[in-house]
Amino acid sequence: MSGGASVVELSGVSRWYGNVVAVNDVSMTLGPGVTGLLGPNGAGKSTLLHMISGFLPPSRGTVTLDGTPTWRHPAIYRRLGLVPEREAVHGFLSGYDFVLASARLHKLADPAGAARRAVALVGMEEAQHRRIGTYSKGMRQRIRVAAALVHDPAVLVLDEPFNGMDPRQRLHMMQVLQRLGDAGRTVLFSSHILEEVAQLSGTVQVIVAGRLAASGDYRTIRRLMTHRPHVFTIHSSDDRRLAVALLAKEPVLGVELDPAGGLTVRTSDYGTFTRALPAVALAEGVRVTRVLPTDESLESVFSYLVGS
Amino acid sequence: MINPTIMRITLRGLFGRRRFLLLLPLPALVAGLALLAELLGSTPPDWVPAVVVGLGFAVVLPVMALIVGASALGSEIEDGTIVHILAKPLPRRAIILSKLVVAVAVTALASGAGMVAAGLLAGSGRLALGLFAGTAVGAVAYSALFLALSAVSRRPVLAGLLYVLIWEGMLSNLMPGVRLVSIQHYAVSVAQSVAGTDLFNGTVSVPVTLVMTALITVAATVLAVDRLRSFALAGETS
Repeated sequence: MSGGASVVELSGVSRWYGNVVAVNDVSMTLGPGVTGLLGPNGAGKSTLLHMISGFLPPSRGTVTLDGTPTWRHPAIYRRLGLVPEREAVHGFLSGYDFVLASARLHKLADPAGAARRAVALVGMEEAQHRRIGTYSKGMRQRIRVAAALVHDPAVLVLDEPFNGMDPRQRLHMMQVLQRLGDAGRTVLFSSHILEEVAQLSGTVQVIVAGRLAASGDYRTIRRLMTHRPHVFTIHSSDDRRLAVALLAKEPVLGVELDPAGGLTVRTSDYGTFTRALPAVALAEGVRVTRVLPTDESLESVFSYLVGS
Repeated sequence: MINPTIMRITLRGLFGRRRFLLLLPLPALVAGLALLAELLGSTPPDWVPAVVVGLGFAVVLPVMALIVGASALGSEIEDGTIVHILAKPLPRRAIILSKLVVAVAVTALASGAGMVAAGLLAGSGRLALGLFAGTAVGAVAYSALFLALSAVSRRPVLAGLLYVLIWEGMLSNLMPGVRLVSIQHYAVSVAQSVAGTDLFNGTVSVPVTLVMTALITVAATVLAVDRLRSFALAGETS
């Protein structure tokens, strides 16, 4: 058992591949508790996690675990457990044997006991003696988490841990991670799904295009996301008339007429606007033929965060 | 220095791979051809050079070592399962040495079985012993080399085949100097020396063979350990 609190420190960390910058000057300190690394696909989350877990050298800056650089220092794995995104496992082993092998490679005093505890922690007792090759994606994920947890590491790093899990498994895994965080472990997981991060972690690090875009309490970040402007494209029987009427409504921040037909509306409140639109159209005698919310992609949400 | 858990996983992984299982009949081919030659009335001087040297040392031993070496490390690197082993507080040399021991043992036993059978069919226990010794020495050097290739190259089988076919198969016959860096010739020399036979000739002296085998094995192992220390995962996967 490694016990104790551990601190992961990133200082001015950049990583580039040729001319492509994957991570750009990121500094952060990760202490006990659950931290969510949030960002769209390709934002640099995996690159960052690989550097934190000693599987990639930073091009610039330092990544340390309790003061020890993670790159080329296998001793850090006494205090760190890693669940990589790629779900490759030794499919010919049973789940229990896989976790037991992990315990033995850690040279634990009681590998069988540690393996049993880790398997129970992720709720895999029933299927533990089946070959991993026969597992569902969610079961594989849980047994990998058990293998990463078998030595009770002070730091647990998980890359997209909820991928492929059904809602029940997801909830269970969230409870496991929450308990570890509450017990003083440093748990860092990545996700591109805001709800996962919001449910699980108090602290969020938002990564966009390789940069640390926002950092801190998830409620603050959530508020930023909720209050960002929403954009709609609307087609109607009389765009100009509708535009004038909409401008008079409070949540509407701006209206633009498209020369090719239709209008683009920016609003500060999604719900109020979508409720007001039919009433306005009815009052003006305008027939609305099409309403398209645009700019709703996660990427645009993140881009907004960077801007703010 | 050697980790039994890694050895066990490597061994189970090896026997779970189809391309390795498909190769197992290869050593039987050496024994089968030897048996056939004997049954057809050929004398050992007629068939031993072709079957034992031409097939056993030139093809079966290096191909077995290549597939075993590439499966023991290259496949784990390719499919990503190596990460589970690397994310442990283990000296990287323990990982490589454990895999090397497994690769050498499996290659020597599998290839050696056919060679020993051929030696016995030729009517000589000492020849069988010599052939096994040559196979074992070759297995050590080949396994170290192919493990290193697995750690260095993304296509270890292709790189290994180029070495076996071009360097050993072609160049060492055209240019005698190349034989000094040919594991196949080391294996033949050791076999000839231990067997004390004149059925085939070793082309490299035994002291040179032993020194070169040790050099290749150590250099390849050091290289593999160093590459594993710097094993990096690709960046964004999604």
